[in-house]
Order: sequence, then structure tokens, then C-alpha cells
Amino acid sequence: MGDKPSARLIVGASGARLLLKGLVMKRFARALGFAMGLAILLGFGTQAASSQTLKAVQDRGQLICGANGTLAGFGLPDPQGNWTGFDVDFCRAIAAAIFNDPTKVKFVPLTAANRFTALQSGEVDVLARNTTWTMSRDTSLGIDFAAVNYYDGQGFMVRKSLKVNSALELNDAAVCVQQGTTTELNLADYFRSNNMSLKTVTFATADEAVKAYDSSRCDSYTTDSSALYGERLRLADPGAHIVLPEIISKEPLSPAVRQGDDTWEDIVRWVHHAMINAEELGVNQKNVDDMLKSSAPDIRRLLGVEGQFGEPLGLSNDWAYRIIKAVGNYGESFERNVGQGSPLKIARGLNALWTKGGLQYGLPVR
Amino acid sequence: MSDIAQPPSRKARRFGNIALQAGLVAIVGGIAYAAMVNAAQNLAQAHIASGFGFWNNTAGFDISQTLIAYSSSTSTFGRAFWVGLLNTLLVAGIGIALATVLGFIVGLGRLSRNWLVAKLAAGYVELIRNVPLLLQILFWYNAVLKSLPELRDSVAFSGGIILNNRGLFLPRPEFAASFRYVLITLFVAVAAAIALRVWARRRQEQTGQRAPLLWIALALIIGLPLGFTLLTDLPIRFSYPQSGRFNVLGGIEILPEFAALLAALSIYTAAFIAEVVRAGVLAVSPGQTEAAQALGLRPGTTLRLVVVPQAMRVIVPPLTSQYLNLIKNSSLAVAIGYPDLVQVFAGSVLNITGQAVEVIAITMAVYLAISLVTSLIMNLYGHAIAVVER
Repeated sequence: MGDKPSARLIVGASGARLLLKGLVMKRFARALGFAMGLAILLGFGTQAASSQTLKAVQDRGQLICGANGTLAGFGLPDPQGNWTGFDVDFCRAIAAAIFNDPTKVKFVPLTAANRFTALQSGEVDVLARNTTWTMSRDTSLGIDFAAVNYYDGQGFMVRKSLKVNSALELNDAAVCVQQGTTTELNLADYFRSNNMSLKTVTFATADEAVKAYDSSRCDSYTTDSSALYGERLRLADPGAHIVLPEIISKEPLSPAVRQGDDTWEDIVRWVHHAMINAEELGVNQKNVDDMLKSSAPDIRRLLGVEGQFGEPLGLSNDWAYRIIKAVGNYGESFERNVGQGSPLKIARGLNALWTKGGLQYGLPVR
Repeated sequence: MSDIAQPPSRKARRFGNIALQAGLVAIVGGIAYAAMVNAAQNLAQAHIASGFGFWNNTAGFDISQTLIAYSSSTSTFGRAFWVGLLNTLLVAGIGIALATVLGFIVGLGRLSRNWLVAKLAAGYVELIRNVPLLLQILFWYNAVLKSLPELRDSVAFSGGIILNNRGLFLPRPEFAASFRYVLITLFVAVAAAIALRVWARRRQEQTGQRAPLLWIALALIIGLPLGFTLLTDLPIRFSYPQSGRFNVLGGIEILPEFAALLAALSIYTAAFIAEVVRAGVLAVSPGQTEAAQALGLRPGTTLRLVVVPQAMRVIVPPLTSQYLNLIKNSSLAVAIGYPDLVQVFAGSVLNITGQAVEVIAITMAVYLAISLVTSLIMNLYGHAIAVVER
């Protein structure tokens, strides 16, 4: 019974084939050709080292950078609308490497809560928004962290009038915190492991949390210590507040990219290391043109005088020269935005070069 | 002649209808399924974790207001969801009750013959319903926060109530074992009040005489348990809030975030309910009032027994919409840090797990369910008060 329909089908098919042989064969050949062409195209797409994100950025003529927007020292538009900050400089460095023009960046202000979605959905090309590199974020969000550009840790700010000298005295205190941050989790961990109780008041944005702290809703405001110095400047009376000495967590801040575009990740990683290497080698914004004539092989490779290190990334070979010319080396960017050249006056600390007791270590360009 | 097209038989039409609807359901279901499969595939391709496995993982963050036991170290994301949901239901439930009472007062007030009362009510409605709700929430939050004293200047009311910018702290009642007798008394009082009502109604139908039911019922329900409590040696003890170094400890804590959100939601929705009530009352023909007065009913009784019951039939459907609006508007809590469902679940949980699709889908489904249940209850109420044709 089961054979009959299929037998009929074959008879039918052979009849049709006899009738339409020429036409069908021609169509089939054309379809096959198209499919093979598509397969070849796709094959090229995956094999060649070119980056989709880089291509999209180049076609657009502009890098789209997810930045903070409300954090002095890291990402904040000034009254004229010009973005400034340490993370902002990082995006400008990427733009300089690609376009030889640090202004070809569009900054998108993101909150802690919407930053990962913005990156995942392709709304931004790179996320440089004081974001902590954690294992779960790296493995389950579909994003990759490129390089730690700021070693940070969580701290507490309190009113001087409370006469608190240590975070360990904050038992039963009300603490304002921003939602969707590692800070929110570290806070609970810290109080629990020290057998202290607390009243957490959670806000969706840092802005709201700081405002609530400023209006005495909380005894303390907690976030990454770098940000505490920036936020303190926004309070009604910055002098009435102190940052407590305890650093309760490790917060390695890193720019992030979407997972799956390895070349783009390489570009972002090496932009960071170019800036570190420049500082290690004493190359800065002022002397970079003179350094082109240097005979030191490390400097010649970094600035693209020797070797072809930019090409595999899809960039020109003077990519690092462009970065340093436009935004300077790591130390210059640090001091200008958060260090001694800024109102924040944050010491280099962990972010000093490895040769000076810090953790910043430039991977070799060779 | 048989050429004339016969209309399809009733049975055939019915079959066609059912087939059409089944087809539609199949198409919608198919699209939904395809969207789900597509989303799952895309998430997997982008290396983004998916699925609902996070539900039983430890949450790790704190929540400022928890109606059920919750600790950051042991509770799961699932538990955090329930905490958020209960906080939403709390503010929505109390908000609906307050908005209804205030709305009815303002709505009836606007129809008052007293010029001042009518103008005040009209002013209230026009002022409140023309200012965006988010601004009102921020106003109440900042007004509440800024005007309240700091901890060291806390206002202490008699009865152990403390008020400062951290919230309002009330004594927490603790019930002794003998408190169950008070509960039994309360139960008896309620049963007696119901019996009284049945008797009063029957008597009114037979003799036309009305009993002062409300006062007797109130005296029964409040007086009986209270009297019993005073006779025995106070089965309730209160634990009073104490000022600590940083905060007030112990007692029942009413957060300023909760108070601000509740005030804004109730006052805002009340303005709309007032208009609904006014429309409902105006829809009752003036002849009804005149007839009631001709029968000798006093104005208050006329309103209560003749006008409002008829107005309710017009009021209930739009009132349901206002309740639904209030429930959904409670998600604006996120602006001031009140830990409702959106703040806790679609905020903290979403960010920590990174599973936006699942978390948002659950949150939407929950709001849908709350709204549908509310609609259902209001529809049942609407049926109960519908005109009974005699």
C-alpha cells in the first residue's frame, strides 16, 4: 500500500522531466550557480581577517561609543557639548587609529542598567563606560572585554558630620547605591561578611542615588572609588563629605565589544596597549613627531616606521602614531582627566606603570 | 430557479466561522512560536545566556522593602521577583482604595451646590490631571524628602511614632497567644452585623422602617473586640522603634519612596476618578432625584439610595480603566527607587543576569495577569449591580 503513491509520483515526475527537461535543467543550473556564489561569498566573509564592525564604522564614517555621560573624569559633556573624560579619550583614540581624526566619534550616554543591552543590540560599537570586567559578564552576556584600562575598587563616601572613620563603623547605616552594578552586589557581600546590617536604597541611575544621598536620604553613598571623587564634586557642599579609606572590592574597568568579532576586539585591545607602550617608551603628544626619527626599535615598531603591525587589524601602519598625536599616551590621558591636571586629583596608584609599582603593563608590539 | 445563489446554511456558516478563527489562532500561535525560536537562536549565536535557569540562583543584592522574608545571601532571583511583585501589589492596592475614596469625594464635591466646594473640587481636578504623573512623583518625593527633618531632629509623636527623612516608623504590634480570643470576638461581631443587616432588610421590605444599620454594625465590629481587649490584660504588646546611631531601628517602617509613590498615584488617579464619578452621577436622570424627594427622602439618603446605585452602572467600566492605569503607572516607582516589580526584577535582576528577553517577557506577562484579574473582578462587580429587569 505504502509504495503506490510514491511510485505514482515517480511516474509523474519522469513524465514532467520528459516534458520540461530543457527548461528545468537550465533553471537548476542557474540556481546551483547562485548558491555556489553565495557559499563562496560567505566563505570569504568568515575566512578573511576583516572586521564587520570595523567595516561598518568605516562606512558610517564615525565610531559610536557607549559612554557614561554623567561621570566627571570618565565621561561627561561640558557646557558646550564637547565630551571629555578618560573613557571618552579612549574612544577618541580608537577613532584616531581608524580615521586619523579623534572627533569622528558619536557618544551615546548610557546608564549602568542599559549599557549591556546597547552593546548587545549593536547600538554602540564599543562600550567604554567604567565597566567592571567580571566572569559572568564576560561569559554570559555575549560580550568580550578588551583590556583593563583602569584598576578600580569600591569605596564609601560619608558626611564628615557623622564622624565615621571606617566603613566598618557603618553598621545599620542607610546606603544609597546604583542599580545594575557590581557595586550593588559587593555592598551586600561586604556588610554580610562583616556581620553588619544595612539599609540599601537602590536607584536606577547614579544621578538619582547621588541626589538622594545629598538630601540625607542615606548615610553613605557607595560606588567605585574613582567615581566617588567625581560625584563628590557634584554635591551641594563637597567639603562636607569624605571618602572612607576602605576599598572593598576589585573593579577592573575595561572597554567591551560584542563577542564574535575578534578583529574588532583586537583593535580595541591594542589601542589600549599602544597608549601604555607609548608611556613606557616616553613617547607623548608633544614629542611624537620627533620620535619618528628615533633609532630605538621598540619606538620605530610602535609608530609604524618599521614593520607592518596595523595591516592585519585592517588599519594603517601608523595607527599608534595617530593615537598618540591625537590624545597622547596613557599617562597623559590619565593626568588630564582624573589625575593632577583635573579637579579629581586621583593618584596613579594601581594604574601606574608596572615599572613604577602599578599594574599597567604594555604588551609588546612586535 | 436554482441559479439564484443560496445563502450558506447556518451550520455551514458556523463551521466557516470556527475554521476561520481556528486558522487565525494557528497563525498567531505560529508567529509567536517562530519569534520565540528565532530569539533563542539569535541569543545562542550572540553567546548570550538564555533560558530560565537563573530563577533559582542566589540573588546577592538587597531590597529596601520586603513583605516576605528575604536575604541577599540566601534568597534567589525568584524570591526577589516575589518581593517586587508584592511591593507592586501593595502600592497598587492601597493606591486604588485611596484614589477611589478621594475620587468619589471630589467627584461628588464638584456637583455640590456649595460654590466653594464645587470650585475647589474643579480646581483640584484641573490642576492634577494636567500635570504629568512622573513630575508629580518627583515632586512628592523631593517635597517629602526635603521637608522632613534629619535623623537627629526626628519628630517623635505620642505613641512611639517617629518621623524623619528616612521614613515614618510605627510601633509594631506583637500578639500574645490570648489574642486569638479577640479574633474570635471580631468574627462573632462581623457575623452578628451581617445577620442584623439581613434582618433589617427584611423588616424594611415588610414595614418600610429603616434601622440605623451602619452605626450598630460599627459599634459591634469595633466595640466588641475592643471591649474584650480591655477586659483581658491586653493581649497586644508593642515593640517601639528606637533611634540608633544612623537609623531608626525596629517598628514598622514606611519608606519615603513608598509614601511619595502612593501619594502621587492616589492623588493623580483620584482626579480622573472624580470625573468618572461626576459623569456617572450626571447620567442619572434628574427625574430620579425629584421622584425621591417627592417621596420624602432627604438629600443624603437620595444620593446614597437612588442616585449612586444607578450612577455606579455608568461609573464601573471607566473606573476599571482608571484602576488598570494606576496599577501600570506604579511602575514609575523606578524613578524614585521604590522597589516594585520593575525596579527589582526588570532592574537589578535583569542587569545581574543579563537575560533581558526572559525578564522583560515575565514582567510583561505579570502586568497582563494583574490587569486581567482586576478587569475580571470589576466585570463581575459590574454584573452584580446591573439593572435587574422585573
